[in-house]
Amino acid sequence: MRVYINEGGRIGGKRIVLDDMILTRELPTTAGSRMLETYVSLFEAEAVSRLTQAGCTVGGKVNVGEFGIDLMGETSFFGACVREDGTLASAAAESLKDGVCAAVQLDVNGAPRRAAAQNDLVCVKPTYGTVSRYGTIPAACSGETVTVTAPSAAVCREILSVLTGHDDKDGTSLSEEQCSLLKQDAQRRPVRKVAVAAGLTAAADDQVRADLAAFRTFLEERGVEVVEIDDQLIRASNTAWNVLMSAELCNNVSRYDGVKYGYRSSSYTTIEELYTNSRTEAFGELLKSAILFGSDVLSTDNYMKMYDKALRVRRVIVEALNSVFAECDALLLPACSAKRYTLAAVQENPYLAFEENAFTAPASVSGMPAVVVGGIQLMGPAFSENSLLDLAQAYRKEGQ
Amino acid sequence: MKNYETVIGLEVHVELATESKIFCACSAKFGGEQNDHVCPACCGMPGMLPIVNRRVVDLGMTAGMMLNCRINRVTTFDKKNYYYPDLPASYQTTQWFAPVAVNGTVTINTSNGPKDIRIKQIHMEEDAGKLVHDEWTDTSLVDYNRTSVPLIEIVSQPDLSSAEEVVAYLERLRDLLRFSRVSECRMEQGSMRCDVNLSVRPVGSKVLGVRTEMKNMNSLSAIARAIEYETARHIDAIESGSGELVQETRRWDDIKGKSYAMRSKETAGDYRYFPDPNVMPIVIDDAWYDRIRDSLPELPECKKERYVSQLGLSEYDADQLVQSRALCDCFEAAFAECGMAKEVANWLISDCMNMLNRKQMTVDMLNINGKALGQLIGLVAEGKVGRGNAKKILAVMFDEDVDPAAYAEEQGFMVSNDTGKIKDVVRAIVDADPKSVADYKSGKEKALMALFGKCMRELKGNCDPQVLRAMLIEMING
Repeated sequence: MRVYINEGGRIGGKRIVLDDMILTRELPTTAGSRMLETYVSLFEAEAVSRLTQAGCTVGGKVNVGEFGIDLMGETSFFGACVREDGTLASAAAESLKDGVCAAVQLDVNGAPRRAAAQNDLVCVKPTYGTVSRYGTIPAACSGETVTVTAPSAAVCREILSVLTGHDDKDGTSLSEEQCSLLKQDAQRRPVRKVAVAAGLTAAADDQVRADLAAFRTFLEERGVEVVEIDDQLIRASNTAWNVLMSAELCNNVSRYDGVKYGYRSSSYTTIEELYTNSRTEAFGELLKSAILFGSDVLSTDNYMKMYDKALRVRRVIVEALNSVFAECDALLLPACSAKRYTLAAVQENPYLAFEENAFTAPASVSGMPAVVVGGIQLMGPAFSENSLLDLAQAYRKEGQ
Repeated sequence: MKNYETVIGLEVHVELATESKIFCACSAKFGGEQNDHVCPACCGMPGMLPIVNRRVVDLGMTAGMMLNCRINRVTTFDKKNYYYPDLPASYQTTQWFAPVAVNGTVTINTSNGPKDIRIKQIHMEEDAGKLVHDEWTDTSLVDYNRTSVPLIEIVSQPDLSSAEEVVAYLERLRDLLRFSRVSECRMEQGSMRCDVNLSVRPVGSKVLGVRTEMKNMNSLSAIARAIEYETARHIDAIESGSGELVQETRRWDDIKGKSYAMRSKETAGDYRYFPDPNVMPIVIDDAWYDRIRDSLPELPECKKERYVSQLGLSEYDADQLVQSRALCDCFEAAFAECGMAKEVANWLISDCMNMLNRKQMTVDMLNINGKALGQLIGLVAEGKVGRGNAKKILAVMFDEDVDPAAYAEEQGFMVSNDTGKIKDVVRAIVDADPKSVADYKSGKEKALMALFGKCMRELKGNCDPQVLRAMLIEMING
């Protein structure tokens, strides 16, 4: 099982691992792709600068699915992380068993949240724009966010506090004032009423539903009001995100053409052959499918029917979530449909990630924050990370 | 043969006169060592995000206002996807859905009188790099210096009908954009480029003919030649019914005087435009809009009219001045200081232009302080500095911003009011040259000029010529 693509420092302050979508200067950054097998960036991510300034040590780069779009790393050029029983493990989660304090990842298609849910870890996907994306390998820019995964909510909060802040180098970065709402000492609203996404809950298996039921009991014991809501509009996130993500991905990976850096095929006579052969040889099947789908939704024939429609649906989803959060402080939903995935299942259906993201896409499409704890996922309105983490901390009885 | 009319629309690319590139801090200057003006952002490396250069938006708005366009108060950037080695990210960031300016007009003068050409839109975008073909090793190298240099593309409606009109339109665009400092518009450096969309139809027909697009023309005369060639080619094809005419992109070869179809691979393809999620929509509020509107220059023809009717300049002088915004600005500042329009115009049109020519600088590079020029002209008019010394001061003013009065004082260029000293010099010269004195007395005017010249040299020019002349005559006659 290849957990690390490259190992970093073992000594120093808090050891952090990065998934291989986050650029470092000292270590290569591969995006889990043959295309970038030896790529070393000229600059490092803002997230990395902030972590090292805060005294953290980069303990290594962990394996990631090609450009972060798969279920849980199974499409990495460096091999999937598979347990002896044939179930998929997560490289980031495995590294946390090894004395690493937290994993900082780019959540493109929900993989970090699925991994946290299946490994009883805490993961926070912050509000879009609060953590700089400068220096992250771009895949689906309109929704991807830097996330933190750790064994405890307290560590998630501490690392998130380091990462968050305005960055002039990211045009979508929010103001310092807005970002500071995520700092660990910021004012927060207590969670008094929680909505349950009925349709998404029903789509999960018994074990996941048991986790959701346990969390619901915990809420009710705390005197939190729990209401079930119709999540029909929110469920449109799945298709909308697949359209948006594939389109943006197709555009973002077009820069890897074999001309300037990265993999170049050894067999070509024309520039067209150089492009085609390099990309054919270096890209994996799931990525190629996404490129084709993304090209198609952006084509002149389909743009209005597919891409433009997805942008409009995104707006409807944000409005639907806003109306949920006008009444409730958080939304309870699964992070994935099952407690384990098997390699055999992904081999049979390579597009499982595009189905499983039904649970993670609402936060990706809307840019709203999500926290995974105890195998379940909580979403909240923009800047509610601290409220959600408070709840996660209480659920895990941290500090008691 | 039927009578045909030509229908032409232009796409004009203009490089904006900004210091830095459109989405990064690299220099946008022309030239430099190959791949010197580059960074990970303009090389399309992963992880860099575009940060919009606000100056680009300023200039896009300025161009829109100069061309009587409506400014889109919310303007967005979009990505255009295609593969070419000079495009490092394999997409160009441009404006497709909400360009900065739309629906304008440009009025041109033609032999049939003025004509309005409608502008469809102006959009901002980044330029691509340059391929350098090395025939010796049969390889192509890429120079990314030009990558992400900001451009605007000005798209006209198909309102032009001849090479003459196209040239008039391009000259008018160039004047307006240079005057408003949007661009230097130098075709020879590629900072103004033009694609010609052309079709031909029988006079009176409402249906447009088959359209071709021509690229690769780098001078106004080449554009005129290309239009004439292409018009003839279209008419020939229609008359002969050969069916050769297809909608395509053609490359103009000015040396051979012919257009050639480009390979279909260079023209085909779906650009798959979509909004760039990394660039937030740009909202132009009233304060921003007003700031740009208030900074627009008076149009050259309005300036000319004012210079002639209000300041009394000749048509010729006014024409000379309004060919450049730099000359006008300097003229107006100098005039405000000294109030002598004709004098200022003379200094600028003769002395300054000569000096620019000697330094091989273009008139737009004129960089002397207009207020100081006005002061200098004032000093000459008041007789405080001689004309010859004033020219020396002007030469210094080309290189540094000096105060003319202080500099004249420092260099001993101030005309002396010490009549005792002048008298001593005149007496010594007269005494030393009895022959010239005698010649003058016998009626030879030239002899006086010789004596005058000697005195002036002795006094280093720092003397009012009227005073000197009077004193010299008095001394000879006395």
